[in-house]
Amino acid sequence: MTTTTAKPANVPEQKGPDGGPLLEVRDLHVEFHTRDGVAKAVNGVNYSVGAGETLAVLGESGSGKSVTAQAIMGILDMPPARIPKGEILFRGQDMLKMSGEERRKIRGAKIAMIFQDALSSLNPVLSVGYQLGEMFRIHQGLSKKDAKAKAIELMDRVRIPAARERVGDYPHQFSGGMRQRIMIAMALALEPDLIIADEPTTALDVTVQAQVMDLLAELQREFNMGLILITHDLGVVADVADKIAVMYAGRIVETAPVHELYKRPAHPYTRGLLDSIPRLDQKGQELYAIKGLPPNLLNIPAGCAFSPRCPKAQDICRTEIPALHDVAERDGAAMPGRRSACHFWKETIHG
Amino acid sequence: MGRFVARRLLQMIPVFIGTTLLIFLMVYSLPGDPVKAMFGSKAADPATVAKLRHDYGLDKPLIQQYWDYISGLFQGDFGQSFTGRPVADLMADAFPVTIRLALFAFAIELVVGIGLGVLTGLRRGKFLDQVVLIFTLIVVSIPVFVLGNLAQFVIGVKWKLVTPTVRDSQDLSQLILPAVVLALLSLAYVTRLTRTTVAENLRADYIRTAVAKGLPRRRVVGVHLMRNSLIPVVTFLGTDLGMLMGGAIVTEGIFNVPGVGNTLYQAVITSEGPTVVGVVTVLVLVYLVSSLVVDLLYAVLDPRIRYA
Amino acid sequence: MPDNKSPQVTPSSVAGAGPAVTGGLADTAAAGVAVAAELAAGTDKQTSTEKARSLGQDAWRELRRSWLFWASGILLVLLILMAAWPTLFTDVDPRQADLRNHYLTGPQWSHFFQADWFGYNVQGQSVYARTVHGARASIIVGVCVTLAVTLVGGIVGMLAGYFGGWLDTVLSRLTDVFFGIPLLLGGLVLLQAFTNRTIWTVTFALTAFGWMQIARVMRGAVITQKEADFVTAARALGAGTGRILFRHILPNVLGPVIVVATIALGGYIATEATLSYLGIGLKDPTVSWGVDISASQKDLRDGPHALLMPAGFLSLTVLAFILLGDAVRDALDPKLR
Repeated sequence: MTTTTAKPANVPEQKGPDGGPLLEVRDLHVEFHTRDGVAKAVNGVNYSVGAGETLAVLGESGSGKSVTAQAIMGILDMPPARIPKGEILFRGQDMLKMSGEERRKIRGAKIAMIFQDALSSLNPVLSVGYQLGEMFRIHQGLSKKDAKAKAIELMDRVRIPAARERVGDYPHQFSGGMRQRIMIAMALALEPDLIIADEPTTALDVTVQAQVMDLLAELQREFNMGLILITHDLGVVADVADKIAVMYAGRIVETAPVHELYKRPAHPYTRGLLDSIPRLDQKGQELYAIKGLPPNLLNIPAGCAFSPRCPKAQDICRTEIPALHDVAERDGAAMPGRRSACHFWKETIHG
Repeated sequence: MGRFVARRLLQMIPVFIGTTLLIFLMVYSLPGDPVKAMFGSKAADPATVAKLRHDYGLDKPLIQQYWDYISGLFQGDFGQSFTGRPVADLMADAFPVTIRLALFAFAIELVVGIGLGVLTGLRRGKFLDQVVLIFTLIVVSIPVFVLGNLAQFVIGVKWKLVTPTVRDSQDLSQLILPAVVLALLSLAYVTRLTRTTVAENLRADYIRTAVAKGLPRRRVVGVHLMRNSLIPVVTFLGTDLGMLMGGAIVTEGIFNVPGVGNTLYQAVITSEGPTVVGVVTVLVLVYLVSSLVVDLLYAVLDPRIRYA
Repeated sequence: MPDNKSPQVTPSSVAGAGPAVTGGLADTAAAGVAVAAELAAGTDKQTSTEKARSLGQDAWRELRRSWLFWASGILLVLLILMAAWPTLFTDVDPRQADLRNHYLTGPQWSHFFQADWFGYNVQGQSVYARTVHGARASIIVGVCVTLAVTLVGGIVGMLAGYFGGWLDTVLSRLTDVFFGIPLLLGGLVLLQAFTNRTIWTVTFALTAFGWMQIARVMRGAVITQKEADFVTAARALGAGTGRILFRHILPNVLGPVIVVATIALGGYIATEATLSYLGIGLKDPTVSWGVDISASQKDLRDGPHALLMPAGFLSLTVLAFILLGDAVRDALDPKLR
């Protein structure tokens, strides 16, 4: 990536009004009741984001990263989904205890979401101007005409050329990158406190990916928004995120400030992910791949869910679920923000 | 858009010629002599038969007959039935009746079909959904002639709620029962089609987006879901209206409605060639126009097609 | 009926490509327009996500747990047995009439499988025996028309879809020409010319005006498949036209065609009965549900059973085929799961 959007790793976390973070997820559990059984998609996730902060949630498909995001947004289909346990605190208030109407007012206005596939996520038969303007009409009660003017303004802001002429166009008439800009514009419309971006660049060309990420990062800075960036692409994360949470089988297995994670992973899964990135200085060597497949959520392995694929697994890994330990230096000095859910985190980080 | 319409109109010409030729050939070249049939069981005088054949042009080669017919058509002449009445007159009597019945049935199908379809599509698997599903299956499986006769017997004869047959086709209350019977089959299709598309679109990504935007459910369903789900339904309805306009042989027969279906059926049974060909010609036109309208409707409703 | 080993719907190489075709199938597609409309509506649907099982195995797994499939399957087996060996169900001669003793006698519901189980008709014939024997005409016509229609429509649709160009233009216009004449009307006009109407003339008439729906479905499906990556791959590997058509495309378009054909089968049976009812299909010495319904409608007041029993069996048969088609469609269509 070509820009300098990277931020110092240890930005002081900005607090919400009552001193807590903007958004805090506490011990969240989500399960899906299917005909084949209960799929445990999220099994006790904790994380938090402050204003102006970027949290990257990293994981393979099926790790529960998107489900967590959808639970925060309140757009899970229930049933089949169920949230048996947990709290999602937005500015200190548990959103899971709010009424449907209270939550609806937060959606889009205070917390907005950007989806992966903009083509299918935009309504194919409504013009983009209409879909953008809808935000203002519903949440702010603007007239159709004012909403359209606002829509044009938004499209300008995300640098869509000839916004005035294109406001009446339909999603399929835009290129992939432009469509994703429209998604971003829609999320930004009401200047929310928090944006959740679910793999916002996965469906795009590599060159366009960088532009879209830059735009997102720039707008985030401008509005001082919290950002949860969900991705499986370690490359995207390095440039924009402040801290990273790595998820596996519905749990967080490691958290760390972004650059420390790259330097010294404290969980074998993270190490595996990092080792499977092709590197120029290892040209000609065989690329590392994590063995095996992600676990079946209907039947998560006992003990550490990663143990069947872990090169360092011992007996204890197959029986006891590791807690999310605080990680410390060899000499015992604390490493703020670092945690690892591995029985052998010491061996992993210190070699 | 203009080019699209022009192309479609051009495409309609061979179809119109083909279909009218097909019905013409079937009516006039298949075994069975319509002129002899006019005399019934009586022995016919050969000279009279020959004269009649000549009068109706039946002694000319078939293609010549067809040509004469088509060129007559362009002067608004549908020919003469064997009873001596102009076919155009016969149709002028029958079509208004059928159109009234068709519009009545269409209104029922539109309101009830879409209503039930949306309700069940939103509540897939619930009790109402199951009940409606069973209802549509029953309606689709029972042939119209059984349904019509039963309805007539139970509602008209036994309960005496309506007149069993239509005596005055101007009286809408007499048309209720035939209209309901006629509407039921299409209604079942509309219901199921609506239900399927609503249920399918409900899972679409853009619905999730609409929810994530914080839109009230009313708006998510009423604008985002409906606008997409009704596209196939509206196009089905367009085609169906065209078909209803073509008359219903069975329903009109049961309830004695003097419409196009009845006229056509009588004409086929009595080998009234000119009437059959004339009515079918109009039906083909109705069919062609309705399919053109449906295509245009599609383009209007779905921008992806409009600009393709 | 696809079973789990049938290669027709199980090419594992295309597990992802299948749903795009089966995706848009209409609900109960006796009306071709419904199919066309929904096929068109389904073109933009995304292909399904990755899957461990192949589409065919999945479909069979799904079918096995569908009660609709079992209910309609068992019903159809019974009806087919009835058509093939009516004497298994009754040894009463359906044509034997006893006017004096049995004129419109009502049913004896406890006399299972006996001559008077469903009562007698206006000519004193056993309604039960006639209903059992009437299955044959209906089912033969239904099955034969479906086979013929699938063959004719399938070939036309495949040629038009695969080769495109002027051939597509000609065949598509031909399809339009026949679509201009509704099935019932076409059958009526065509059959009017035959004085001696048999099961085979009725089959011919219904095929002549029934093939277009399959042709359209087939054409649409072939066009979609033609563009699929695995077809391009096969072509790149040097596969010939015949091989591409029969080994790569055909197995993948069979799903929607089977569904449409199964559901239409019920419709053909109903149309045959309607023609008989209108006095222009099968005629009296032939025992058929349509003939019996037609003959007994004037006695609806005095002996409704003479109409209701054959009508009930007719409806049940139509229903069974529609349900079967529905079950197969649901099984092949992973989207609504």
